[in-house]
Amino acid sequence: MAVLVNKDSKVIVQGFTGTEGTFHATQMIEYGTNVVGGVTPAKGGTTHLDRPVFNTVQDAVDTTGADVSIIFVPPAFAADAIMEAADAGVKVIICITEGIPVQDMVKAREFIRSRDCRLIGPNCPGVITAGEAKVGIMPGFIFVPGRIGIVSKSGTLTYEAADQAVKAGLGISTAIGIGGDPIIGTTTREAVELLMNDPETDGIIMIGEIGGNMEAEAAHWLKENMRKPVVGFIAGQTAPAGRRMGHAGAIIGGADDTAAAKMKTMAECGIHVVASPANIGATMAKVLKGELVA
Amino acid sequence: MNLHEYQAKELLKRYNVPTQEGVAVSSVDEAINAYKKISVDNGTKFAVIKAQIHAGGRGKGRMIEVPDQSGVVVVKNAEGVENAAKNILGNTLVTIQTGPAGKKVSKLLIAQDMYYDGPSERKEFYMSVLMDRAKKQNVIMYSTEGGMDIEEVAHNTPDKIYKEWVKPGFPLQGFQARKIAFNLGLSGTAFKNMVKFVSNLYDAYVGLDCSMLEINPLFKSADDKILAVDCKMDVDDNSLMRHADLADMRDKSEEDPTEVEAGEHNLNYVKLDGNVGCMVNGAGLAMATMDMIKLAGGEPANFLDVGGSANAQTVEAGFRIIMKDPNVKAILINIFGGIVRCDRVAAGVIEAYNKLGNINIPIIVRLQGTNAEAAKELIVNSGLKVQSAILLSEAAQLVQDAVNAN
Repeated sequence: MAVLVNKDSKVIVQGFTGTEGTFHATQMIEYGTNVVGGVTPAKGGTTHLDRPVFNTVQDAVDTTGADVSIIFVPPAFAADAIMEAADAGVKVIICITEGIPVQDMVKAREFIRSRDCRLIGPNCPGVITAGEAKVGIMPGFIFVPGRIGIVSKSGTLTYEAADQAVKAGLGISTAIGIGGDPIIGTTTREAVELLMNDPETDGIIMIGEIGGNMEAEAAHWLKENMRKPVVGFIAGQTAPAGRRMGHAGAIIGGADDTAAAKMKTMAECGIHVVASPANIGATMAKVLKGELVA
Repeated sequence: MNLHEYQAKELLKRYNVPTQEGVAVSSVDEAINAYKKISVDNGTKFAVIKAQIHAGGRGKGRMIEVPDQSGVVVVKNAEGVENAAKNILGNTLVTIQTGPAGKKVSKLLIAQDMYYDGPSERKEFYMSVLMDRAKKQNVIMYSTEGGMDIEEVAHNTPDKIYKEWVKPGFPLQGFQARKIAFNLGLSGTAFKNMVKFVSNLYDAYVGLDCSMLEINPLFKSADDKILAVDCKMDVDDNSLMRHADLADMRDKSEEDPTEVEAGEHNLNYVKLDGNVGCMVNGAGLAMATMDMIKLAGGEPANFLDVGGSANAQTVEAGFRIIMKDPNVKAILINIFGGIVRCDRVAAGVIEAYNKLGNINIPIIVRLQGTNAEAAKELIVNSGLKVQSAILLSEAAQLVQDAVNAN
C-alpha cells in the first residue's frame, strides 16, 4: 500500500534510452520496480533493457496499461513530456528533470489541471515506497521499510532524514521528493495530506526550505488535521535574502518566506520543529515514544 | 540573469514597447557624440546621463571618487556631458542597493529627456510583471505611485497597488489591459497608448522568459506618450538555452568573480561572510549544513553545492574556491553518497588535499551513505590532518571543536 507508488504500479520511463534514463531505469528494475517499458520518440518498436520502447506515451499506455511515468527528458522538452503523459491518462507523473524554464512549468501545470493525474516534481529525486517500488534516483538501500513518511523539497536531505530515522530504529513507508523549483506539481500540503491519510504511515517528516509559502500552507492545514505526529525542518536559516541557494525556488523574497518565519508558523501549528538537521530522526523516535509533546 | 537598463530597453523595442530613446557609450568622446545626436534628433539641449550598473537607486547614489556626482544626471550642454562622463566612467557608484563597496561603472546610457512641457500633465506610474508562486500565474503589479521605492508604497499605502493575474498560456486580454489603464486614471490618447503598452509589455515578459520585468517610472509625457523611462529585467537562467542572444548579454563584471569561477566548474557557490567553509552535495543539504555550522557556534563562509558528481576534480575546485576566502578557519565537507560512492569521494578528497599541499586549517570530512565505512578508513589511513565523521551529529561536534580552538 503506502501512497503514490507500490509493487503493483506499472511504470514507464520517458527519456528511456538516454544516459540518465538508462542508468536509473536499470537501478529501478534492480530494486524491483515494475518497469513495463519506456518512451523515446522515433525509437518505437525497439527494445531497451529487455522492455519495449514506444514513440508516444499514448502507445505505451495503450499497450502496457502503465499508470506511473518517470521523466528524464532534457529541460527544453520536459514540460512537453509532462503534458504528453497527462494527456495519455498516466495517473502519477514524476518529473526528475532539473532546469525547466519557469514559464514552461506555468503552462504545463495549467494544462494538466483538467486531467485526472498527479505531478510530482520537477527537479526532485522521485518517490519511493520502501521495499515495493522506487520511482526515482534515490539510493534504495537507505530506505528500510517501516512506518515513517517523508515529504521533502531536497534530494540528499531526504536521504539524510531517512538514514537518521532508520538509525533511530524506525523505517520508511513512502518518501516523496516534491522538488525545489518555484512551480511544482504537488505541494507540501498535498503530499503531507496523502501521508496523513495513509494507514501504513505513523509519523511524517516534513522538510522544507526558504522561499514560497508551501510550508506555512501545510502547517495551517496540519493544525486542523494532525492525526499523527509531524517533525519539521527548514533548510536555509543562515541563507541571505535575495540570493538563490542552488534550487531555483530557494530564494528569500520577503519576511514571510525566511526559515525563521516558516519554523515559527510550523511550531505554532503543532509541528515538532528541529533547529538542527542532525536531530530529525532522533526527534521523530522520541515523539513516537511519547517523550516529546508539541 | 540580470540585464543592464540599455540592454533591457533594446529588447523591449523588439516587442514594440515604447522606451525612452538612448545610446549606450563607454568613453567620454562617445558620450559627447551621442549627446549631440540626441540633442539634434529631439530638438532640445536637455538629455539624461545614466550610469549602467545592476543596481537601483542610482539617482540618489554617489561616486566614491567624486562624492558630489550622482549616478543619474540631467545635462543641457556638451560640457555638462563631458564632466559627468569623466566623473562617472571608470569610477565606483554606491547606491542603497550596491552595498558600501559600490559597483564600477563602465557604461553610460545617454538618453533623451522626456520631462518636457506640453498640453497635459506629466505622470509617473509603476509597473512590473512577475510570477506569483502562490497562484502559479504571472501577475502584473502596477500603481499610480511611480518613480519611488515600490516596497515603501506597498508598506505605507497597500491600496495604491493593483494586481492583475494572467491565465497561463493566454496573452493579456483586452479587458484586462483596459482595466489597468482605467485604474491608472488615464483617458483619451494616453489611455489607448497604455492599453498597447501593457499588452506588449506582457508579451515581452513571456517571450523573453523574464523572471521579473519592472518599469519604474512608467511615464506619461506631456503629449500623452506612454513609455518606459527605466527598466529592470531579470531573465530566467533556465531559459537561456533557447535565448543565445540574451545569454551573450551577460555582464560577468557585475558578478562576484569567485562565483563566476565556480560556475565554470559547474559548482553552485554563493559567498557569505562567515568563518567555516563548506562543500556539500545537494542544495537542501548544503543549506542545512550551513545552518548546522551556525548552531555549532561558527558562521558559514559560503554555500557550495558540488552536485551529483563529487569526484577529485570537483573537490579540488571546491577547495581552491573556498580557500580564496581569507576568513575561512575550517572547512566541512558533507557528502551523502547515494549513487556517488563515499570511498570514491574520499579518494578524491585525499588526492585534492595532496595536490594542493599546505592546507593549514582543519578539514572535517563527513561521508555517509554508500560505502561510508570504507571511506572513513581511507581517510584515517591517509595520514592527512583530516578529521572524519559518519553521522551528521559527529560532524557538528567536530565543527564546534574547530571553532572553539580558534
